[in-house]
Amino acid sequence: MSFSAPSMENGFSSPRNESFPAGLRVLVVDDDPTWLKILEKMLKKCSYEVTTCGLAREALKLLRERKDGYDIVISDVNMPDMDGFKLLEHVGLEMDLPVLMMSVDGETSRVMKGVQHGACDYLLKPIRMKELRNIWQHVFRKKIHEIRDIESHDSYDGIQISRNGSELSDDGHMFCGEDLAYVKKRKDFENKHDDIGDHSSTKKHRVVWSVDLHQKFVKAVNQIGFDKVGPKKILDLMNVPWLTRENVASHLQKYRLYLSRLQKENDLKASLGGIKLSDLPSKDPAGSFGLQSSINGNQNDVPNGRYQFSGDNFFAQDVDSKNHEGDLKRVVSETKRTLTADLPDPQDMRTQMSFDHSFGSLDSEVNFAAIPAPYSWSKAPENQFKEEHKPLLQLEDGFSQLPPSGIHNHIQIDDPLQSASSITSGLSMTGREICGPEKIKPLYPQYSSNHMSILSPKESAFDSFPVQSKSQMVKHQSFEPISTAISSMKPQGFNLSCITDFESCQRNLISATDSTFEPFNEDLTVCWLEGDCHSMNFGLPNVEFTDYIDPGFIAEFPIYLCDTLTSDTECPFDPPEYSIVDQGLFLS
Amino acid sequence: MERNHLPRHLVLQRQSLFDQGLLDEQFIQLEELQDDANPNFVEEVVTSYYQNTSTLIVIIEQALGTSPLDFNKLDGYMYQLKGSSSSFGAKKVKADCTLFREYCKAGNVEGCMRTFQQLKKEYASLKRKLEAYFQLARQARVTGTASRPK
Repeated sequence: MSFSAPSMENGFSSPRNESFPAGLRVLVVDDDPTWLKILEKMLKKCSYEVTTCGLAREALKLLRERKDGYDIVISDVNMPDMDGFKLLEHVGLEMDLPVLMMSVDGETSRVMKGVQHGACDYLLKPIRMKELRNIWQHVFRKKIHEIRDIESHDSYDGIQISRNGSELSDDGHMFCGEDLAYVKKRKDFENKHDDIGDHSSTKKHRVVWSVDLHQKFVKAVNQIGFDKVGPKKILDLMNVPWLTRENVASHLQKYRLYLSRLQKENDLKASLGGIKLSDLPSKDPAGSFGLQSSINGNQNDVPNGRYQFSGDNFFAQDVDSKNHEGDLKRVVSETKRTLTADLPDPQDMRTQMSFDHSFGSLDSEVNFAAIPAPYSWSKAPENQFKEEHKPLLQLEDGFSQLPPSGIHNHIQIDDPLQSASSITSGLSMTGREICGPEKIKPLYPQYSSNHMSILSPKESAFDSFPVQSKSQMVKHQSFEPISTAISSMKPQGFNLSCITDFESCQRNLISATDSTFEPFNEDLTVCWLEGDCHSMNFGLPNVEFTDYIDPGFIAEFPIYLCDTLTSDTECPFDPPEYSIVDQGLFLS
Repeated sequence: MERNHLPRHLVLQRQSLFDQGLLDEQFIQLEELQDDANPNFVEEVVTSYYQNTSTLIVIIEQALGTSPLDFNKLDGYMYQLKGSSSSFGAKKVKADCTLFREYCKAGNVEGCMRTFQQLKKEYASLKRKLEAYFQLARQARVTGTASRPK
């Protein structure tokens, strides 16, 4: 690999002509104008190209607007509009750029937190020039890894190109135009690196984890079994030619962090009181937790149809009953519409986004709500929701507020945050005790995408597995393993209980049946039934969850499912999408 | 600005700022950033600091006037002030911020009050001294320029 080749070097940093690392494009984010001034000067002295920003939101906006516009981000941990760690996660998931954190506080716990969230380095203020001189190593390292990955994979012909903007396409493998170019040119890499120099291709084959892709990922993880998962196995299962093991490895790491974060947040958040869907702006009549209807049904219905989103209009009304794919899609689109329409403010947008995403490709993709930070497993359609991230974050918080129990029907969607959470909760995990648990792990809008985040009432043990491939949960224990593996899904009965991750549910369901459920992805309508678990709409026939209130439920759940499932070889659902089941919806 | 070309009194004045513990190494870092493009860089930074933190000081003062004290908030403000002060090496002010935060953690009202008064004094004193220093430095540069052979 001619990484070190001259052309490579040039190409390394995109439009720069000087030799690397000169011209490195740095985005500095700090609310302290004095520091911004100093850092800008220092970085310029290093011959870097500097952009400064005083707000995290603004920074995300800039990053999204120019997907390949920056090589590295340096941010203070304390930003007024968004926690620096969240920004860090967003950037890592969405743009996959190296991020350095800065702080005047050097406490080990803070530093550790930074690293956990994916920071490449943690700088202590006051920062010296020499520390900044070497930041290029983080960019270089990433590129090397990517190149190595690419080289080990051959094909990229099948890659779908999505031109710029990296929009999420239903297809899922989205590359920014640039990435694609890069990939295409890889062959010539050895011969002419000029391409690399392309502003677009320089980016080093940055993979955009579209909903679809993520869904595949989740599915693979589920199939393998969270506890046994490894990048190579996942990669093999995913069967995506252009994807490299490194891509998967780093995504897996992020996913884990994400889940653990969710879980932690859930833990922290107060238990949700009662989520009311009051807000559903939506038009959908079902707004109200369509899930409920669906849930009660007994699974068969569920599956596709139910998307219940508590909160912003989600709701899948259609869902009820027999939704089948078609319905599901319909619902989804309705929801989407609704969401879109109804969400006026950014927060809403956010929620929307998340949902939207999911719906967007509901068809068969798992869209992760673009919640970058907390939830972000999906790539939210950037173009749509730029600012969402922020709101998403809030969602997280909101989730915690979701009253676990009451969920049934009330998911408070007062504010987007809540909605988001509701949604998350909505993801009612099959049988999880949606209710009661005080905290519903914010499912995050992610659900929208496909995953069902499992809300764990108690604690967010589950950070919401983004819908990952349903197959993930294939094993009923999947819940458990997932939680543990991921972030804490605690096997113990799932504190998760709220795991709204549909996927998890699905997984579980699937697992129950020995992972024979293929199609699972879609729809595990996880209904959180409080106390009385109506048949979970997992689509599993005969699955009935009664009395799921207790945390032990989750633990039992799998078994339950297993029992039930064993008798069913087929998974009734077939929804390609994950319905977001609003917890409250189920219960009702 | 090359220090070796500075007039002696300026050199001494600068040195005393360090000797008194008012400034630390970070100040030198900033001085090294000065160049022809930004000959007054350090002064600009310090000016920007005082502009930004004067409001913060007022806010903290107000917060200290409320009862009961919101230690979390106060800690947050101090974190900001500490960060800013570290930017150009305001050593004593920074130390006062750290002390204040300790008192916040301990919930020590009196300690906070006392430390804040001390901090304000240091803050004001540093401002005065630096302003005087920068003025002299500017004059020295002007003089130096004027006397350079054309």
